[in-house]
Amino acid sequence: MQFSFHQQRQDLKDAMSTDYILQTRDLTKEFKGFVAVDKVNLQVRRGTIHALIGPNGAGKTTVFNLLTKFLTPTRGSIHFNSHDITHEKSAQIARRGVVRSFQISAVFPHLSVLENVRIALQRKLGTSFHFWRSAKSLDVLNGRAMELLESVDLQSFADTMTVELPYGRKRALEIATTLALEPELMLLDEPTQGMGHEDVGRVADLIKRVSENRTVLMVEHNLSVVSHICDTITVLQRGAVLAEGPYEVVSADPRVLEAYMGTEHG
Amino acid sequence: MKGKHIGWIVLIAVGLSAPFLVYPVLVMKILCFALFACAFNLLLGYTGLLSFGHAAFLGWAGYVCGYGVKELGFSPELGILAGTATGAALGFVFGSLAIRRAGIYFAMVTLALAQLVYFLALQFPFTGGEDGLQGVPRGHLFGFIDLSDTMNMYFFVLAVFLVGFWIIDRAIHSPFGQVLTAIRENEPRAISLGYDVDKYKLLAFVLSAGLSGLAGATKTLVFQLASLTDVHWHMSGEIVLMTLLGGMGTVFGPIVGATVVVGLQNYGAELGQWVTVLTGVIFVLCVLAFRRGIVGELALLIKRSGIRM
Repeated sequence: MQFSFHQQRQDLKDAMSTDYILQTRDLTKEFKGFVAVDKVNLQVRRGTIHALIGPNGAGKTTVFNLLTKFLTPTRGSIHFNSHDITHEKSAQIARRGVVRSFQISAVFPHLSVLENVRIALQRKLGTSFHFWRSAKSLDVLNGRAMELLESVDLQSFADTMTVELPYGRKRALEIATTLALEPELMLLDEPTQGMGHEDVGRVADLIKRVSENRTVLMVEHNLSVVSHICDTITVLQRGAVLAEGPYEVVSADPRVLEAYMGTEHG
Repeated sequence: MKGKHIGWIVLIAVGLSAPFLVYPVLVMKILCFALFACAFNLLLGYTGLLSFGHAAFLGWAGYVCGYGVKELGFSPELGILAGTATGAALGFVFGSLAIRRAGIYFAMVTLALAQLVYFLALQFPFTGGEDGLQGVPRGHLFGFIDLSDTMNMYFFVLAVFLVGFWIIDRAIHSPFGQVLTAIRENEPRAISLGYDVDKYKLLAFVLSAGLSGLAGATKTLVFQLASLTDVHWHMSGEIVLMTLLGGMGTVFGPIVGATVVVGLQNYGAELGQWVTVLTGVIFVLCVLAFRRGIVGELALLIKRSGIRM
């Protein structure tokens, strides 16, 4: 199972070995003289799961914020599908198909679970400015919303107020909401953070499942998750790329061991 | 859903019977402030934006309506439309500038702009300055309904209120309202789902300001007066109080809040300055102990007791 999945991925990678969905060139972010992200050249291959790892404060989340323009880069450029998106706005980038999640669970707590997913679906109807139209007009989306909830095992919670969901379920809902946009590239910021053991496994499986036909770039601390599902790993340290490659290569790199995994493996 | 229908029925029943039980002008005043508070709540309760400049829309709509009717010979319905348009136009200007900032800065920008137009109202000759615009005739609605008759005026105000309230209720429960709630609940997430949140906030602001204008213009016809009181920042504060007291983010809360505050001011008038102290105490109690407001706390009680709304 594990092997065939990796084999499939490998085939996919070979077929599109030079097809990069996302590239950055010398991406740099300075905060009043402090360089948080230092000339990062990231290349994310289409159809892969790519992990961004590194010790605390290495600049992983800052990179995410730059890629989705929640922060403006000081220098450098970002290219998605060969389009320069460096100067586009966050919402514009989202509409291009780059959809991110957040480190803390990003749900709408006082909407029902179904409504959370529907918010993502309703933009395509083009009626989101129609303040004179009944919200019942959104019911046509309920079928698709339920399908998405089923794909993350949340169908029985459809009418639950989201604030009442357990944490792991909220993360699953977040993934369903992101999937509703059918993103080409999903950016997941620590999807298993703060989760219990069984939830970690469930969410990792879920990510693997939904990554078919799309590309995932994720920040992740849990190395067992990274080693199981990720094809390529980029290690950041103090804002700069320290190493890059598949898990076997990166985990054997002495610089990485020293900077990051040394503490993990004792 | 069912609870909402009951709410509407109670609202209409009370609206139809109130002028026979209470002094009609007082009820009209309550209706105007209730509409104002509901419009404000669309922004505070459903979009999460605290404006501290809403008096500008109420007051300036009153001046434009009053001037149009008194000096330019507008019919009452045209005066009200002109006032509503004034509120919406001012809202567009205020909103465009203020939504670039969030939180306390948003509130400060709206307050600063409202102060600016307050001084304009004080200085412009057509507003009557300290005296205000007095003796605005109520005129004939659609040319044949004499609004100087108190009952005619009352039912006209009730109709205006119900139409305004229906628009707000619908906006809250529309595809647009869903996006507003999403923005209130988690703005970065709404952005990451591809929504240009500034455009949604601006439309909400313009809607809220326009409906505040509707309330202000109607109020001017009721009292036949447009004055500085309605553009003063005290008014912007009072509307926050009414909305919080009734229950922000609840459909009917602001109506209850407006009724309590206006009623208190009216019946507590013999207490003189002590009314202000009393309102202050109620406000503090509300913020400390009843954070959800009257309607919000009631809804919670009903939910806890297991009755489905």
